[in-house]
Amino acid sequence: MLKVTNLVKSFKNGDIETQVLKGVNFEAKDGEFIAIMGRSGAGKSTFMYQMGLLDEPTSGEIFIDGHETHKMTEKQKMNFRLQKFGYVFQDYALLPELTAVENVALPLLMENIDSAKATKMAIEALTQVNLATRLNNLPSQLSGGEQQRVSIARAVAHKPDILFADEPTANLDRESSVTVMNIFKELHKQGQTIIMVTHEKEYGDMAEKIVWLDDGKIVSGNEHGK
Amino acid sequence: MFSSLNIRIGFHLAIRQIRRSSPWTTGLIVFVMLFTFLNLVGVTGILVGLVNGIGRGYQQEYTGDVFITPLDTQNYIQNSPDLVSFLKTLPEVSVVDPRYVAGATVQANYKNVTDPNQKINSAGASIVGIDPATEDSFSNLSKYVIEGSYLSPNDYDQILIGAQLLNQYAFGGPSQTGTTLTNVHAGTVVRLTVNGVEREVTVKGIIYSTSGNISERIFMPNSELLALTGTNDYSVEEIAIRLKPGENAASFEKLLLNSGIGNLAKVQTAAQALPSGVAQITATFATIGNAVSFIGLVVAAITIFIVIFVNALTRRKFIGILKGIGISGEAIEISYIFQSLFYALTGSAIGLVLMFGIVLPLNAVHPIQLPLGQVVLYAPFIGTMVRVAILVVATVCAGYIPARMIVKKNTLDSILGRN
Repeated sequence: MLKVTNLVKSFKNGDIETQVLKGVNFEAKDGEFIAIMGRSGAGKSTFMYQMGLLDEPTSGEIFIDGHETHKMTEKQKMNFRLQKFGYVFQDYALLPELTAVENVALPLLMENIDSAKATKMAIEALTQVNLATRLNNLPSQLSGGEQQRVSIARAVAHKPDILFADEPTANLDRESSVTVMNIFKELHKQGQTIIMVTHEKEYGDMAEKIVWLDDGKIVSGNEHGK
Repeated sequence: MFSSLNIRIGFHLAIRQIRRSSPWTTGLIVFVMLFTFLNLVGVTGILVGLVNGIGRGYQQEYTGDVFITPLDTQNYIQNSPDLVSFLKTLPEVSVVDPRYVAGATVQANYKNVTDPNQKINSAGASIVGIDPATEDSFSNLSKYVIEGSYLSPNDYDQILIGAQLLNQYAFGGPSQTGTTLTNVHAGTVVRLTVNGVEREVTVKGIIYSTSGNISERIFMPNSELLALTGTNDYSVEEIAIRLKPGENAASFEKLLLNSGIGNLAKVQTAAQALPSGVAQITATFATIGNAVSFIGLVVAAITIFIVIFVNALTRRKFIGILKGIGISGEAIEISYIFQSLFYALTGSAIGLVLMFGIVLPLNAVHPIQLPLGQVVLYAPFIGTMVRVAILVVATVCAGYIPARMIVKKNTLDSILGRN
C-alpha cells in the first residue's frame, strides 16, 4: 500500500520559489488502477515522480508498504525502485543500443538474476505484450506503439508492487494507445497496482479510480464501477 | 563500487554500447589511442635510440669495450709497451689498439697567400698515430673513407683527415668561421704542425662517420707520427680494447684494476669513457623523451576525457533512465571504464603489433640516418608494456571522471533533460 501525507514540492529559480504540490494527501491500495488527471501544469507528473522516488519532495512523507521512504538513502531508494516499482514514460525511455529483449532483461540482471533466466523472463514479458516476434529489434527498428509495449514489458517483467505510468499514450496514435490501455487493463485484472498520469479523459476513464489534481492539490477522487 | 554485480552489468552495457556505436567514432578514438601509443613509445625510442647510437659509435670506433688513458697527472700511459704486450696475452681480449695522440694544426691553401697579413686557412685537431691494420680490425676505419683510400703501414707523409675538419663536409654545411679547411680533397697537400715541427703531407683519404669522433681526427701511421714528433719511447696516449663476444667489460675493468694497472693509467669501461658532452646529451635527450611522453600522455587523457564526457553528456537522458529503473550509478560508471579500457587496449594492441611486428624489425635492417648518428629504435618489451600500462591507467581515469560527473547528477533532471 502507498500512502502520501502532506506532500509539498517547490522549485526554486533564482529568488522565485514555485510551489507545484501544496500539501497533497493520497492513498493507493494494493491492486488499484488509479488515473491521476488534471490540466496542464496541475502537478500530475511531479506528483508521480515523488511517489515513484525519482525526485525528492520538499516536505511531506511517503510510505510504501510501511517503509518511510523519506528516511531512505539514495542507494536504498535505487534498490526500492529496482525491486518494487516499474516505470512507463511518455517517450518510452528505452536504451537505444539494447534490443527489445535486452532492454527488458537489464533490470532483471541488476537484481542479480542469471542471464539465461533474465532473458527467459524478458521473453515472457514481451510475449505478454504481443512482441514475441520483435525480441531482437533495436528501439530504432520498432514503431512508437511497439516501443511503448517494450517499455511496459520492462516495467512489469520483475512483477513490481506498483507500476507508474507517465502519460503512456501521449506520443501514440489512437490504435496504439488503445492497445497500451488494454495491456494496462489486463495487468490490472491480474492484480497489478497501477498509478497512471494522463490528461486524456477517455483513457483515464479506463482506470478504476480517478484523482483530479488542480493547482498542486487533489480536488476530487471518484471510483468507477468495475 | 567494484562488486561482481556492478562489474557484470557495467561490462554488459559497455559491450553493447561499443558494438552498436558508430564504427567511425570508435575507429577515430582507437586511432587517437594508437598515435598516443606511438608517441609514447616511438618518440622516446628514437631519442634513446639516438643516444644509444652515439654511445655505440664511440664504443665501436673509439673506446672499444675498455679504454685505457693516461692518469690525470700524466701525458702518456706509463709502461705502455709492456702493458700492451700484457693485454694481448689475456684470453678475454680480442683486439688491442694502442694509439699515439698529439695536438696538431693543419693548414691548407697557404701557397695562395701573397699578403703576409692574410690569415692562413687552418684548423686544429688531434692527430692519431695508428697501426693501420690493427686500427682497421678494431674500428673498421677503412669503411669510413669517403674520398681517396685508406692508409698502408708504409705510407710516408700521408694522412687521413676527418670530414668535420673540411668545409664541404662539416656538420651544418660550409662554415664561415674559418675553423675548417676549404678546397681540401684526397690528393691535396696540407701543412701539418705537431709539437712545433712542420711537415707537408698529402691527404690520402677523407673519413666520415656520423657517430664517434673519428670525423674530427687526423690519422697517420704510428711510425710516421713518432718520427714527426721525434719521440722514441713508444708510450701511447690511448689503448682501446675490444673484448671477445660474451665477455663483461665491467668484470674485465675490475680484473685490470686488481692487476695494479690503475696505478699506471686510467682504466674505464666504454660507458665511463664516454665524453662528458655526450653524457650530457644522453641525459638531455632522456629528459626530452620523458617530457614529450608526458605531454603525449596528458593529450591522450584529455582526448579520452572529452570523448567520454561528450558521450556521457549526450547520453545523460539514458543515464538518468538507467538510474531511474534501478541500475546502480557504479555499474554505469564501470561501463564507461570498460569502454575507456577497450579504446586504450585496442589502440595499444594495434600499436604493439605495428611496433614489434613491423617497425622494429624494419628499423633493425634499415636504421634511421640522422646527422648525429644512426638510430635503432629503443623499445624494450618490458619498458613498452610499462608505458602501455601507464596509458591504460591514464585513459581509464580520463574515462571514469566525466562518467562520474554525469552519473552524480539528479536522476529526474537527467531523464527530463533539466539543468
